[in-house]
Amino acid sequence: MKQLLTFIKKEFHHILRDTRSMLVLIGLPIIQLLIFGFAITNEVRNTNIAILDNAKDKATQNIITRIESSQYFDIDQTIKTNDQIEKAFKTGRIKLAIVFQSNFMKELAHNNKAQIQLISDATDPNQATTLINYASSIIMDYQNEFNTTNKLPYTINTETRMLYNPQLKGAYTSVPGVMGMILLLISAMMTSIAIVKEKELGTMEVLLVSPMKPWLVIISKVIPYFVISLINVATILILSVFVLGLPIQGSLLLLIFSTVIYLFCALSLGLLISTVTDTQQAAMLISLLGLMLPVVMLSGYAFPIANMPFILQVISNAVPAKWYIIIVKGVMIKGIDITQIWKELVILLGMTAVFLLISIKRFKIRL
Amino acid sequence: MRTLIFLLRKEFLQIIRNKLILGMIFALPLIQLILLPNAATYEMKNITLSVVDHDHSEDSRKLINKFTASGYFQLTDYSETYNQALDQVEKDVADLIVEIPQGFERDLIRESETKIMIAANAISGQTAGLAVAYSNSIIRDFNNDVRVELIPQSRLNTIPVIEITSSNWFNPLMNYKEFIVPGVLALLVTLVGYLMSSLNIVKEKEIGTIEQLNVSPIKKYQFILGKLIPFWFIGLIVMSVGFVISFIVYGIYPEGSFWVGYLFAGVYLIALLGFGLLTSTFADTQQQAMFIAYFFMLVFILLGGLFSPTENMPDWARYLTYINPVSYLIDVMRMLVLKGSSFWDLRNHFLIVIGFAIVFNGLAIWNYKKTV
Repeated sequence: MKQLLTFIKKEFHHILRDTRSMLVLIGLPIIQLLIFGFAITNEVRNTNIAILDNAKDKATQNIITRIESSQYFDIDQTIKTNDQIEKAFKTGRIKLAIVFQSNFMKELAHNNKAQIQLISDATDPNQATTLINYASSIIMDYQNEFNTTNKLPYTINTETRMLYNPQLKGAYTSVPGVMGMILLLISAMMTSIAIVKEKELGTMEVLLVSPMKPWLVIISKVIPYFVISLINVATILILSVFVLGLPIQGSLLLLIFSTVIYLFCALSLGLLISTVTDTQQAAMLISLLGLMLPVVMLSGYAFPIANMPFILQVISNAVPAKWYIIIVKGVMIKGIDITQIWKELVILLGMTAVFLLISIKRFKIRL
Repeated sequence: MRTLIFLLRKEFLQIIRNKLILGMIFALPLIQLILLPNAATYEMKNITLSVVDHDHSEDSRKLINKFTASGYFQLTDYSETYNQALDQVEKDVADLIVEIPQGFERDLIRESETKIMIAANAISGQTAGLAVAYSNSIIRDFNNDVRVELIPQSRLNTIPVIEITSSNWFNPLMNYKEFIVPGVLALLVTLVGYLMSSLNIVKEKEIGTIEQLNVSPIKKYQFILGKLIPFWFIGLIVMSVGFVISFIVYGIYPEGSFWVGYLFAGVYLIALLGFGLLTSTFADTQQQAMFIAYFFMLVFILLGGLFSPTENMPDWARYLTYINPVSYLIDVMRMLVLKGSSFWDLRNHFLIVIGFAIVFNGLAIWNYKKTV
């Protein structure tokens, strides 16, 4: 026991001495969470658009003013001819062009029909759909006001309720996502590199011939990173509650308990990576190049898993972050209890066991 | 020149000899390019729907049919009460609740106005927004059907209507893959180039071989060039293979000129690798370099506009994207692939990235000291 403590102390010294790495390890989750919480949003704001007004009458002026004064759009340029539209799109300056027909007001008043064409840059199809929806609803508002005396009969009104997240804050998806991503990446990367480093520099042999049992050597390497990960969990939770205004509806204890299990899973994945690689470079390539995008894209946090093709849905089951994100969403935001997430917890424990078994097997062969 | 060639030979040998790493550099990005873009879709096909129908009228049934026939929704159950439906959402069985109140049909015909309630699981605001938009358009359609049925044609025509037509340029089929594949390719090229270059010099430092290089008559710029050129080739090769895969797997190829694409990637890689080498000269151990690289990579990716448009960000974040090299590559790839922008359209992007290249490499050369 005393030996183990000495070893753990040594590892802590190694880590604490390197202030730059410490800064990154502790600071990164904070910065990432703030970027997610405040910078990344899918709300449309100040999108540059172009206007081609072939009518220039009171009606079009009115609509243009409404569009300009909405927070969604900024009029970047007023253009005169159709071919200028393409040019504006190709330089990437505008995302939407609005074209009014000539004699707009006259047509609307006398023929009861006037045309507006919305042209979107569908490079990003989602953004295009959203922009067209916003622009249409502004135009519809104008039309309804134009028709106040003449209300359409037989109207179905829709009342919409957004459950759990009425203000549609991005943080509700990003916080569980960031927790799943950052804890997995940092823990897996940190442990794998710490162990491989000793191999690469040749100091591993010194450790293994010491009277310490090999698995105690490994445990003493893992514990400091476990502590750092716990610190990360604490900062993420504190920030998301007090800065991003996210609730913790369920039990905090359950949340922490599940997080500890997830950390075990991530650390044992790191261990596994360290047994299959010999150089830090290789360990890093696997843990960053190999894990980063799959974790982001297949964990169900950037894209809903239900929409993916079948094969990817199957593969996504192997991503630990997927299960952890379900747990965090459930406990933090929906406030559900352990009876509804025990399955996910068992899956995470099972993955941990598999990672550990393989690593132990491979580790012994090498000795 | 001769010195540089010797240096290059050494670097290439070191890279080629390490089969594990060489394999990973190519296999990892390419497998991801083949698989991952398929995951990236917001296109809703199976929004799970729980219906609470208190009315049980002909109209309410017609409306529900319209939902299920649209292809966007998958009816999971009829619930008796709203709370029961809410339970389904809690269990993740349903994403959307449509509640039709008692007297829905009666009010529609007698009062000329009726209402309906929709509730969406909004933990992900984006999906909730799309689900609600789809249901609104279905309800609007239904509403129009009702009007056509009940109002004589002559009266309908006297109401002034603004006709809105919309067209989606550059990607008329609204194929999300056309958007995501160029972005993912840009990202993978970046990851490979940056991770490799950021570890390179520091590895020599850690293992101690840098001293041998330092005591040799190699000039600082030769040293940096010797490090940069091999990765520059690797980056371009990864990109070429990526282009081939995007064409074979997704049928996506640049609308614009290939040469402009390579020219830009060439300049971009010089900038990126310069930044990697700069990272490397700042770090003392590979571990440190990795953590620093991890930090920048994540920030670059998050603010690069791969998934969420940079236009929507608040001002401070938008200014940050201006100094983010990754966002320029993602941007240019998309403009080339989808819009077929020309060299002249992209001139600003070129100028900015050339600026990055000069600054990063200048700093890297300056910061590399031939002493330990």
